[in-house]
Amino acid sequence: MDKRMSNYRADFPILDQQVNDEQLVYLDNAATTQKPRVVIDAITKYYYTDNANVHRGVHTLAERATEQFEGVRDKVARFINAPTREEIIYTKGTTEALNWVAAGYGKKYVKAGDEIVISCAEHHSNLVPWQQLAKRNGAILRYLDLTADGFIDLDKAQDVINDKTAIVAVNHASNVLGVVNPISKLAKMAHQHGAIMVVDGAQSTPHMPIDVQALDADFYAFSGHKLLAPTGIGILWGKSELLAAMSPLEFGGEMIDWVELQETTFKKAPLKFEGGTQNIAGVVGLGAAIDYLTRIGMNNIKGYEQELVDYVLPKLQQIEGLTIYGPPDAKKHTGVISFNLKGLHPHDVATALDMEGVAVRAGHHCAQPLMRYLNIAATARASFYFYNTKEDAQRLVDAIIATKEFFQNGTV
Amino acid sequence: MALSKLNNLYRQIILEHSQHPHHHGNLKKVSHKLELRNPTCGDVLIVEVELSDGKIKNIAFSGSGCTISQASASLMTDEVIGKTRSEVEKQVLLFSDMVMGKVTDEDELDDILGDASILAGVAQFPARIKCATLAWKAVYQVLENDEEGMK
Repeated sequence: MDKRMSNYRADFPILDQQVNDEQLVYLDNAATTQKPRVVIDAITKYYYTDNANVHRGVHTLAERATEQFEGVRDKVARFINAPTREEIIYTKGTTEALNWVAAGYGKKYVKAGDEIVISCAEHHSNLVPWQQLAKRNGAILRYLDLTADGFIDLDKAQDVINDKTAIVAVNHASNVLGVVNPISKLAKMAHQHGAIMVVDGAQSTPHMPIDVQALDADFYAFSGHKLLAPTGIGILWGKSELLAAMSPLEFGGEMIDWVELQETTFKKAPLKFEGGTQNIAGVVGLGAAIDYLTRIGMNNIKGYEQELVDYVLPKLQQIEGLTIYGPPDAKKHTGVISFNLKGLHPHDVATALDMEGVAVRAGHHCAQPLMRYLNIAATARASFYFYNTKEDAQRLVDAIIATKEFFQNGTV
Repeated sequence: MALSKLNNLYRQIILEHSQHPHHHGNLKKVSHKLELRNPTCGDVLIVEVELSDGKIKNIAFSGSGCTISQASASLMTDEVIGKTRSEVEKQVLLFSDMVMGKVTDEDELDDILGDASILAGVAQFPARIKCATLAWKAVYQVLENDEEGMK
């Protein structure tokens, strides 16, 4: 294991604590990630020394706040290789970003009888907005099938994506199945039929280098809090011409160009979407998180997490009675590992793991249609980040075995 | 070993109720039926009740859930059969207070909730309170929906 990588753990103050008398092992990173000191410090420094409203003040603090706020836009553009900084829109998070695409673009351009294509493995945030849009505009919502390993099935996608398709919207990486989907191939299919490609990047952006141009996406959304930044800040990237065509959803201060008694003209993107005072401290925190991740290197993070998966997945696969969802091949599996212990509800498993200091998620992971597709009610889910270690992975394995024994024997 | 704390939650009697739940399935004669979902985990609980002469004459439950929700449902069915509306309401409110740690008087709990008082340990596991209360909420709602039928 790369020694330098495991050293990053010390940058996260929250990880240095005991939970239920055990050293905390935080494996709920697909839900949200912990924050390194540099991010917490950046937010604190902003409030201690630079806080002001952006864009509209002429005083020095306003100037400083604006410089940081707009500077992060450049950082984000570089981080995901967006062609221009004007295509980076601040949102609350992935959910808001996807809702805006559905309501600001979809509502305007999707016609009755058009088809919207998503997969059955979508998070509710990339499902319900399209379902609502389809109902409102009289469009048809169609679902892409999955391969046995949990990837979006490209062969079957050929039968679903057609000339009626207006929008294809899928997850880049699954929050349940631990797969990275073939976005550029789906985008090619979508574009051949004149549809636009919307990508939910919530689970991929924190873990690998992202190039929205190489992915051939038209819209791409991700959340700050899943990549070390605070909650309440996220990004919508869209191609310039699509953003120009898309309607703003929030009307008010800062997004306007000229307001008359009966008519208003709007600014251009990104500001036309950013009505009202923004989450400036969140943006500053996002900037610090991106700087930190960039220093480590997204390729290094990807490689290190692959090492963790190579280490832990075979160990988990050896536990009798443990079902693991997604690809059995560690090389194809991300650090999101969903599982069930035979005869046990995942909530019972998660409570037991918590007693061992191991924090995992249990439930339907905001993917109820996927749970029905897998014919299960729920799963437990361990999700790794680069600050996790092989020791953490071993603690998970040991805790699952102890849990299994506890419920087999009824007592310890 | 930290798992030993689990004994406070997963008492033997709870595990037995979960594995071999009482009154699990469907009733032949159903006067009231209610389906409740636990939106945090997607669990579904269906309660069927036969109300007669102002009392719960019979009750059954079905659906899927965790050890706690299944055991709690099983224990609930044992305790409410033959009880009047006001007796059941009192039980449900006390059960709710018990799993939130608001009532700890063992004699009182034992007296009114019987075997179900074994679930008092849930109070130490706040994330699991919803699992424990689901079935009790269901029977409470059945009674609420039947203001006239049962006095």
